[in-house]
Amino acid sequence: MPRRPGLPPPAAVLALLLVGAPAGAEPIAPADRRSGFDQMGPEIQAMQRDETANPGMLAVADGAELWATPPAPGRQPCAGCHGEAAVGMRGVAARYPAWDARTGRPIDLQDRVNACRRTHQGADPLAYESPDLLALTAFVAAQSRGMPIAPPDDPRLGAARAEGRALFEARQGQLGLSCAICHDDHWGRRLGAAVIPQGQPTGYPLYRLEWQGMGSLQRRLRNCLTGMRAEPFAYGAPDYVALELYLATRAAPLPLETPAVRP
Amino acid sequence: MARTLINLPKTARAGDVITIKTLISHPMETGFRPGADGRILPRNIVTEFVCRFEGEEIFRAELFPASAANPYLTFTWVATASGRFTFTWRGDDGFDQTESAPIAVA
Repeated sequence: MPRRPGLPPPAAVLALLLVGAPAGAEPIAPADRRSGFDQMGPEIQAMQRDETANPGMLAVADGAELWATPPAPGRQPCAGCHGEAAVGMRGVAARYPAWDARTGRPIDLQDRVNACRRTHQGADPLAYESPDLLALTAFVAAQSRGMPIAPPDDPRLGAARAEGRALFEARQGQLGLSCAICHDDHWGRRLGAAVIPQGQPTGYPLYRLEWQGMGSLQRRLRNCLTGMRAEPFAYGAPDYVALELYLATRAAPLPLETPAVRP
Repeated sequence: MARTLINLPKTARAGDVITIKTLISHPMETGFRPGADGRILPRNIVTEFVCRFEGEEIFRAELFPASAANPYLTFTWVATASGRFTFTWRGDDGFDQTESAPIAVA
């Protein structure tokens, strides 16, 4: 077949693909940021809005109970130091992940819960994705519902945040995709039958209908990594926290929706 | 005790059609899935839901393994008089839970 002039030779296109042209180099501008909520069907939106239909509220209610219950006899419950969560925890989730001076690294909200258990409550940390950890995190995060995500302006977080952005934009896995290719460049279009969201972490931990249960942002990231046929990091890996940090910066100032419902 | 979410109006006028929404925390394990050790997990589902108003049955549902976890049921009722609803979920392993909620009809 004679090649039409003006088209680049196929080899050049192939080379461009192979070197990994900087896909998703332009992050979404603050005015264009949208929660995945806006792309859901009206039924699931109604389910999230209605506190008596949102199954995530079951976890929040469990969390409220755990908040007031000592982790072991003779130990302080969370409420012992922090008091009323509606007052003391308002706005906290909007600032996480944050720098932890004790360990000298950034930690996310579930790590904070476990750090508190270890250092202040003398209790064992809760396992990642365990119902209790999800419930406590959901309860704390729900206190910030409606508040804009406000990542801390802490220079010590800069390195991890840059690492998170690099991870977000790096091609990985057998399919050679990066997070940015879908969520920066092609959001709003379709992947199979599903609308590609921007990937804004506004409602975690959330109730996902596909999971028939609650899950953290790390579970969601694992899900994406296996979908890209990349090897997921272990729960609690610093790579996830770096990604979470970048995602929070990328999502600000969207409001928090915990506990969100997603298909 | 499983956690439940029950939503109905506190008051209604006689003749109004009210919507009652119920949700219960339950794994609804189908009995077809293997667990981490490769063995089939035993079935553990809610099989029956009944709503009664002052002892009179007004809504009943049978549930099967294909229902998702945390079953959410919503139904309507024509307000007749003030009284109390009871909601009963029964299922495998002797699961039996009853909750109640009042309504005032003017």
